[in-house]
Parts: sequence; structure tokens; C-alpha cells
Amino acid sequence: MNRVKYIGSAALRMLLLVAAVSVLSFILVAASPVDPLTAYVGAESTLSPAAKAQIAEHWGLDEPPVTRFLTWAGNTLHGDLGTSITYNLPVGKVIFSRFWYSLALILAAWVLSGVLGFIAGIFAAIYKGSVWDKCLKAFCLVLQSAPVFWFGLLMLTVFSVLLGWFPLGQAAPMDKLEADVTIWDRLYHLALPAITLSILGIGKIALYTRQKLIEIMNSDYFLFAKARGESMKQLILRHGLRNVSLPAITLQFASFSELFGGIALAETVFSYPGLGSAITAAALNADAPLLIGIAIFSAIFVFAGNFIANVLYSIVDPRLKEGGYRA
Amino acid sequence: MREQASAVKERGAATGSDLMKEPRTLGPRMNTKKKLILYVSLAGGYLLAVMIAGLFMEPELYGVNYENKFLLPSLAHPFGTDFMGRDMFWRSVKGLSNSILIGLAASAVSSIIALIFGILSAAAGGKTDRVINWCVDCCMGLPHIVLLLLISYMMGGGGLGVSVAVAVTHWPELTRLVRAEALQVKNAQYVKAAYKMGRSPFQVAKEHIVPHVLPVYLVGLVLLFPHAIMHEAALTFLGFGFPAGVPAIGGILSEAMEHIVTGKWWLCLFPGLMLLIAVMLFDLIGDKLKMLLNPGSGNE
Repeated sequence: MNRVKYIGSAALRMLLLVAAVSVLSFILVAASPVDPLTAYVGAESTLSPAAKAQIAEHWGLDEPPVTRFLTWAGNTLHGDLGTSITYNLPVGKVIFSRFWYSLALILAAWVLSGVLGFIAGIFAAIYKGSVWDKCLKAFCLVLQSAPVFWFGLLMLTVFSVLLGWFPLGQAAPMDKLEADVTIWDRLYHLALPAITLSILGIGKIALYTRQKLIEIMNSDYFLFAKARGESMKQLILRHGLRNVSLPAITLQFASFSELFGGIALAETVFSYPGLGSAITAAALNADAPLLIGIAIFSAIFVFAGNFIANVLYSIVDPRLKEGGYRA
Repeated sequence: MREQASAVKERGAATGSDLMKEPRTLGPRMNTKKKLILYVSLAGGYLLAVMIAGLFMEPELYGVNYENKFLLPSLAHPFGTDFMGRDMFWRSVKGLSNSILIGLAASAVSSIIALIFGILSAAAGGKTDRVINWCVDCCMGLPHIVLLLLISYMMGGGGLGVSVAVAVTHWPELTRLVRAEALQVKNAQYVKAAYKMGRSPFQVAKEHIVPHVLPVYLVGLVLLFPHAIMHEAALTFLGFGFPAGVPAIGGILSEAMEHIVTGKWWLCLFPGLMLLIAVMLFDLIGDKLKMLLNPGSGNE
């Protein structure tokens, strides 16, 4: 019962949030001095004023913002997000087709940073104070502060240009037809962007895991287990991992927001055809429908991440199961 | 060597006692504190030097010179030159200086918003609290870069657009911190006593809550800089912000991107490294300040 209630209230909150984000993005985009008409026809267009007025009327540009918003919201509820100027396709289609590229990228980076960061954090905690620990800590601190796009450029320079191991961006070989592209081609092209994106989370998760595990290693029950004669391996497996993995997983799910921001940068560096490069192009080309569409989509995506984190936490942690759900 | 080291230490201590009027309160072991202050002043000095150097720089230093196209890093041009023969070192310094300036302004604006919202939310409670919390949730519900893009777009792009976007999007997290801290004070006995003695909410906020929240706020303010600088660079990298002639770290890197294929590695390595170092130094200052301002952790 409790769970149903929690999910219900979460769904309600998401609806509210999406509505708020839609209104907010619409206000922001509508307040922009960038004229959508000029953006559409180009600054040096030879179109007659009459033709321009016709387009403006067709788009409803001469109506007050509130009416425009209501029209847009009505259409959106019917599944029509408008047409993207940049790609000359319906916004829904653009988002849908690009989402899979971005999802693959985000998931790969997410798993990579989670697994590597977690393992690194555990080793650092076990060998706390050693040279390895110090190196790892310094490395993580550097990774945490490194700009994603700069790191991407360095990766591209070293691995694609100097060594030639990886392709220079894109999601598939240029000289192949869409149908001939294999899964290996995809993975091969995914590797560098995914590694680049993973540096967003790896330092954070490693430092966090290290900190938590050190706390656990200083606890009484850990000391007691040690006194019973358990080996380090047993200690870590039985008492460390279980207690550390939970908060680490939650932290990892909460990083969806940063990852979505990161793809805008990583995809631009690697000219990877996902949502990140699409939203950048939309903002630069004054493609309002696409900009709003992706903004709303990103809000839903982030909410889903936070929601999964909360539900997972409450399912996995027995203490929370008894005490009810924490939003 | 040792003389030099002790001289540096003394200098650190001198600036330290100027900064902190009451060094005694920070505990009996002065050594850690001295070290902290030394780190903070060195890091701050470097960043200040970069900023001032950029502010008063002659534009000729990074002027166009087609004779020196794509020079490798050398003594004359430590970071090499780009496709127009501009010196990358001076361009990077100027760009970083611009970034730091924008970062400072943005952090100031964001932190003031956070201070007002946080204290208002804690002090007023009820509906105000809920509305502010909801605003925070709303802003954090969108990925930061997406919000930045939307606001830049609203401002019509350009340097102003980037500055405004960075300035008005960094408050949510600090608001939460300030609110949590203010809530703690609000429930303290002495604050309740103040209310009973007839102080108005405004007076209580001014006399009891703000001074208590100030350390958290200051540290939060400093820790905002690295985010602000990074986001400014990210936006300029994506193609927003200043026109091509004005150096900005993000713009420099996005130009460098076009020359990567031909192996011009120095175009992106050094400017990015400067940005990274600046970000890390700001982080360091924030962390050390946190230690200094918190007597509990000052000597850890």
C-alpha cells in the first residue's frame, strides 16, 4: 500500500514538474530577442514582407504569448511537439531517433564510471595512506575538476590522431550504409565518448566509496569481525561491500542530471548524433520547438533517475522498508 | 632552502593575522592554520595575478601575426601559436581572466540570491518555504547545461547572455545549504528567547541567523567559483558567448577542435590545463577556508 502511495505521489510530482518546466522553457524561449522568423528564413532572405507575414500568421507569431502557449501545450498533449527547423523533421521524431544514441552513450558512461569508481574507491580505502591511495585520490580530484570537453579533446588527440586506435567521432563509419553498420562499429565509435563522459562521475564515486568504506572500517562491528579473525577479504566482502554499495548506487543514479548535461559537451566534441548535439544545435539555430522539446525530455529523464534511486534505496535497505518511503 | 621556506611561512602568517582578527580562536596548534593560510594565499595570489594580468593586458600580445602560424611551444611562445599566429599563452591568460571575472560576478549574484532565499525560506516557513523549495526542485530538475542553454537563448546569446545564464543558475544548491543551516539556528533556544522578548522576524534574521549562516555561506560562495567558471567555459565552447575576437577558454578550445585532426595538440592541451588548474585552485581555497572557518575541523 505504502509503495503504491509513494509511486502515485511521485507521478503527481513529475507531472507538476514537467508542467513547470514547460511553462518555464516556454517563457524563456518566448522572451528571447531572437526572431524565429528571421532564424527560419535566414537574415539575407529575399522573401517579400507579404510572404513573411504569411508565415508569421501560419505560425501564430502575431498572437499574444498566452494564446501561443495554450496552442503549443494543446498540441503537445496530443503528441505534436512541432517541427524542428534544424532537421526539418517533427520534434518528436528527432528526439526519439537521437535518444537511442544518447542513451547508449549515457548508459555506457554510467556503468563504466560506476564500476571503475567503485572498485578504485574500495582499493583506495583498503590501502589507505599508501602511495596508491594518494595517487588515486589526486587523480580523482583532477578528474573531478577536468572540463569534460577538454578531456574529450585530449582523448581525441591522443587515441584518434596520434595513435590512430579510434575513429574521429561520429556514431558509425562514414563510408558505410546505415543497414551495414554492425554492433561492433557502434561500440567502436562509442568507446571514446563513453570514456570521456565517464570522467564526470568516476572521481566522485571513487572518493565517496573510499570515504564510506573508511568510515565502516573504523566502526565497532568491523573491529569485532576483525577480532573474530576474519581475513581482509572476508571483512570487505561481508561487512564492507554491502554497506557501501547502497549509498554508492544512490549517488550514481542521482548523477543522471550531470550526465545529461555532459552529453551536450561530449557529443559536440565527437560529433556524435545524440540529443546533446541536437540541443546545442537547436539553441544556436534558434530552433525553439526542438529546444523546448529536449528540455522537457531532459527533465523527465532526470526525474526518472532520481525516482529510481529513491525506490531502489527503499527496496534494498530493509530499515527504510519498515519506516516507510523517503521522497 | 630552509631559510626560504621559513620566510614564506612567516609571510603567510602575516597575511593570515591581517585576514583573521582573532587567530587565537582557531585552536592551540598554529602550524596547521599557518599552512592552510599559506595555501589559500598562494592559490588566491595566483588567480588574482591571472585576473589582473588579463585585465591590463595589451591586446597586441595576442594579436594576429600570420608569419608565426602554428608554431610549436617554445621559449618565445610557451603555449605555441594558433592558425592566425596569435600567441596562445597570452590568449589563454586573457581568456582565463575573462572567465574568472564572469565567475566572480556570477558567484556573487547567485550567492546573494541563495542567501536571501535560504534565510527567507527558513525564517518565514510555511508557504514561503514550500514555494522556495519548489523553485529549487524545479531548477535542479533540469540538467544544468540545459538551463544554461535556455537562458543564454533567452538573452539572445552573446557575452551578456552567458554571464546572466551563469549568474542566475547557481543558487539552488547553496540555497539548500543556507536553509538547512538557518533552520538549525531558528530552533535554538536563544533565538526562541529573542522572539519571546519581542524581536521582529527581520531583527532576528539580521542579528542571529545571518551571522550564524555566514561561514557556510562564504565557503559555499567560494565553492561556486569553480562551477561558474566551468559552466562559462562550457557555454563558450558550445558556441555561445563572445564574438570570435575576444579570447575565452571555451572559445579557444572550440577553435582548437578544428585543428586536432592535423595534430596541433598544443592548441588544446595548455589552455585546458590552465582552466583545470584554476578550477582546482578555487576548490582548494574553498576546502581550506572550510577548515579555517570551522574550529572543529581546523586542526584535523
